[in-house]
Amino acid sequence: MKLTPHKRFGAVALTGVLALALAACSSTSSAEPGETSGAGGGSAAELSGSLAGAGASSQEKAVAGWIAGFNDTYPDVAVSYDAAGSGGGREQFLSGGVQFAGSDAALKPEEIEKATERCFGGEALELPLYISPIAVVYNLPDLDTEHLQLSAATIAKIFNREITTWDDPAIAAENPDVTLPSTGIIPVNRNDESGTTENFTEYLAAASDGAWPHEASGDWPLSGGQSGKGTQGMIDTVSGAEGAIGYADASRAGDLGTVALKVGDEYVPFSAEAAAKVVDASPAAADATDKRLVVELDRTTTEKGAYPLVLVSYSIACSTYDSESDANNVKAYLSYVASPEGQERAADPSVAGSAPISDDLRTKVQAAIDAITVAS
Amino acid sequence: MTADVAPAGLLADATYRRLPSWAPWGFAGGALVLAFLVLLVAGTPGVPGVVALGAALYVLSLSITSRVVEGPRRAADRLATTLVTGSFLLALIPLVSLLLLVLTRGSTSFSWSFLTTDMVGIFGDMTDGGIRHAVVGTLMVTLAAAVISVPIGLLTAIYLVEYGRGPLARAITFLVDVMTGIPSIVAGLFAFALFTLVFGPAYRAGVMGAVALALLMTPVVIRSVEEMLRLVPNELREASYALGVPKWLTIVKVVLRTAAAGIVTGVMLAVARVIGETAPLLLTVGLVTQVNWDLFDGRMATLPVFAYRQYEQGGTGIDRAWAAALTLILIVMLLNLVARLVSRWFAPKGAR
Amino acid sequence: MAVTTSTPPQRGADPQAPADAGAAVRAASTGRVASRVFAGLSTGAGVLILVTLAAVAVFLVMEAWPALTASSEDLEAISWFNASSVAAYVGPLVFGTLLASVLALLLAVPVSIGIALFISHYAPRRLAQGLGYLIDLLAAIPSVVYGLWGALWLIGQLDPVFTWLSSTLGFVPLFEGYQAPAKNVLSASVVLAVMILPIITAVSREVFLQTPRLHEEASLALGATRWEMVRMAVLPFGRSGVISAAMLGLGRALGETMAVLMVISPGFLYSFFLLKPGQHQTIAANIASKFPESSGLSVSALIATGLALFVVTFAVNFAARWIIARRAEFSGAN
Repeated sequence: MKLTPHKRFGAVALTGVLALALAACSSTSSAEPGETSGAGGGSAAELSGSLAGAGASSQEKAVAGWIAGFNDTYPDVAVSYDAAGSGGGREQFLSGGVQFAGSDAALKPEEIEKATERCFGGEALELPLYISPIAVVYNLPDLDTEHLQLSAATIAKIFNREITTWDDPAIAAENPDVTLPSTGIIPVNRNDESGTTENFTEYLAAASDGAWPHEASGDWPLSGGQSGKGTQGMIDTVSGAEGAIGYADASRAGDLGTVALKVGDEYVPFSAEAAAKVVDASPAAADATDKRLVVELDRTTTEKGAYPLVLVSYSIACSTYDSESDANNVKAYLSYVASPEGQERAADPSVAGSAPISDDLRTKVQAAIDAITVAS
Repeated sequence: MTADVAPAGLLADATYRRLPSWAPWGFAGGALVLAFLVLLVAGTPGVPGVVALGAALYVLSLSITSRVVEGPRRAADRLATTLVTGSFLLALIPLVSLLLLVLTRGSTSFSWSFLTTDMVGIFGDMTDGGIRHAVVGTLMVTLAAAVISVPIGLLTAIYLVEYGRGPLARAITFLVDVMTGIPSIVAGLFAFALFTLVFGPAYRAGVMGAVALALLMTPVVIRSVEEMLRLVPNELREASYALGVPKWLTIVKVVLRTAAAGIVTGVMLAVARVIGETAPLLLTVGLVTQVNWDLFDGRMATLPVFAYRQYEQGGTGIDRAWAAALTLILIVMLLNLVARLVSRWFAPKGAR
Repeated sequence: MAVTTSTPPQRGADPQAPADAGAAVRAASTGRVASRVFAGLSTGAGVLILVTLAAVAVFLVMEAWPALTASSEDLEAISWFNASSVAAYVGPLVFGTLLASVLALLLAVPVSIGIALFISHYAPRRLAQGLGYLIDLLAAIPSVVYGLWGALWLIGQLDPVFTWLSSTLGFVPLFEGYQAPAKNVLSASVVLAVMILPIITAVSREVFLQTPRLHEEASLALGATRWEMVRMAVLPFGRSGVISAAMLGLGRALGETMAVLMVISPGFLYSFFLLKPGQHQTIAANIASKFPESSGLSVSALIATGLALFVVTFAVNFAARWIIARRAEFSGAN
């Protein structure tokens, strides 16, 4: 299969590339710079070839949805995504093995340097296209409230095993109207390195006023507790014992209870809007450019209705590709991902349950995507 | 197996008395009822509790009664029978529950279309999608592993049985034993190290998995072929030599032909052993959503890895994981069955 | 092959009729070369086994070398690397691997001997054959299936057992501090035990069935009960077979990946708390858990732990062969 289509493509691709070249010329000349059209270049029938990506497993479900939606418009582009992890994805991207990468963390300074070489003198694009709220989930089936209300400091103490029962005064003080059971608390962490853990510990470190003594890290800093591998392992473990508490991609919380986080003076449960809000309220990172739209998430925000415990996963691509088809495919694919349609699809709870990016952010993202060119 | 005849020596013993043959059943029933009643008084009786307490009561009451009526030797015999049967029943619990679970959970999404579609365009909570790509991948990787390991295994076994003398043969015999003990993940790491050193760190292909599986399969093939070759009567070899047939021809035409059925069976069982290996494939072959026919380029889907990754995806993936597990077990069963039939049909006539 | 016709005729051709002599000579001489080629091929295959094993060791060492020689700062830059050297990192893993496997062996061996005896000496003959097939089939069930079963079914069933164990025997440190769900080393050992059960049973059964019929009948004729016959005739005969079966099972358990990966809450401690979560991890499960998302030095560090596993299984196998060889000598002397 792998060989024969390639051979068959030979003839088709040649004519396709010619057509593409023409189409790309005409589209760049006619499109307005800030226009947020769904298609990046050329019409559906003219895009073909393969587009390979690799990276964060957090994005995996959303990417599966995006690929399916993208293929509705461009059936001849074979897109693949290898959930090799953020680090693996960045490495494969920088070595030229894949055309785009997904990463829970921004490129490191030395990687940005390498990216110039990989991008044929161009620049790396870092687009925050996957925003996902992380829910603090607990297994207390008999609790008579929809969301337990907790501050970051209390959550930090729970996960640091300083608060060990559910009827601890610290929890009771934040939930005056709830009868809390005396069940012991079983904190559960992820035992594989993950962006979810990284963002969760970063939130605890930043927002808990020193109650979390550890640094932010993708690997859980404490040992000797219950843990699960991957999101499913986490959900299984929390579901497996009453009194367990953990953290997971909000779309996977299922029947488990979820915590409303203390933001300013009120408690905010997770929601797509609340998650998108914190991204908008956060400043750009110090080294961000109009190509690398890296956000420095403001975990201590007091913005009304913002949910600061979110994971932002970047789509990383090049501003310059050496082949016409790569450039156009990446452009079309990322444009679809950034489009309201693409974002809505990923936001569907049955797909990935992510938070759609705001229109404001979309304008910036689309401008960066539109600047993708072919190396001369 | 052994008929339970009362030994004549003991019959002469005046005190020799035996419990009636229904005694164990009676005691078992009584013990269960008693256990149920005790637990009913203590609280709510559950099946595991009743069985556990009942078993304890049964062992105790039967041993004591038997000791009083039949004497200590009979009592020990009864205790041993109880323990042996008990351990068998105990082992049945996990094994039967495993098979039942795979059957019931696996059959929910198992269907013809599940076998004949792949995972292209499947996302979110969609219940469509299937394992065509994984079945193809599993068969290709396993077949490639067999192609590598069967000739090597066969020739090594021939060497050990027909030619091997001295320290080299002893070293090989020992190392084959060591090889049998190589953990599958180490085999995976070896294949990974070998191929990435040669083709660069990003190289992934079905053949990496095949090499890892071949490493696991070869010693099994050697062992079973060796056993089969040793079963070939020496008279056959000597008769062949006496007719002036050279040694190699004797091996090919007489020894291998006589042992053919056994060899085929052994190879099939070896294949069945490695077809479900997960860890080495997880490290080397990875997973994709569509069929990859090229063994030498790119990742491939295989059933065990597919099952594992679908489980990790959660949601509807768990149903797919069970169905993939069911498929895998069916393939293994089929291989076992074919192996048995082969050994029955092609067994040399008049060998017994 | 044409070149070979020039070799002198050999003895094998002598009895042939004169008219056929030429053809026979040719056949015999090609046969001789073919014989040599064939012998060479099969010897080559045997040598290839040696080479392959050496290659396994060499390639693992080569790939592990960067981690083995890396400075502790470089190693600590790997986020999950919680020690200052590979040896310090792999220590608790080796401990966890041995603990889980030995526990599994302790659980599985008595039961396996029981089942094997049941099939070989207690069950009705027709039933025994069917059970034999069943056990063989179970030995071939893929490990990922055992993992699914352990993670999604067994953990729930073990919870009340462990709760009871911890509350009644909790004063023994071994059983102290159980925390639900049952994702501890004992659960992993139970899954491993179930996995190696069919293997140990299959081998032991074969051995028990080979007990000389005369020994069995002689002991029965002397008035022995069935148990006495088993104890005095079957078990002594099968002892070395059972030991090698157990070692085979141990080897399996040491290298088993998926079942442990899917069941245990890992930890990196030297701890004997069997019911506490987050205390133990096995080498194989640790590799499978971290490998897919690793690159560069962390891959080499994981390969270094794989090398340690290779050495451990090598040592266990070596010990097993030694024990069996010694046993064989003893029984031979009797």
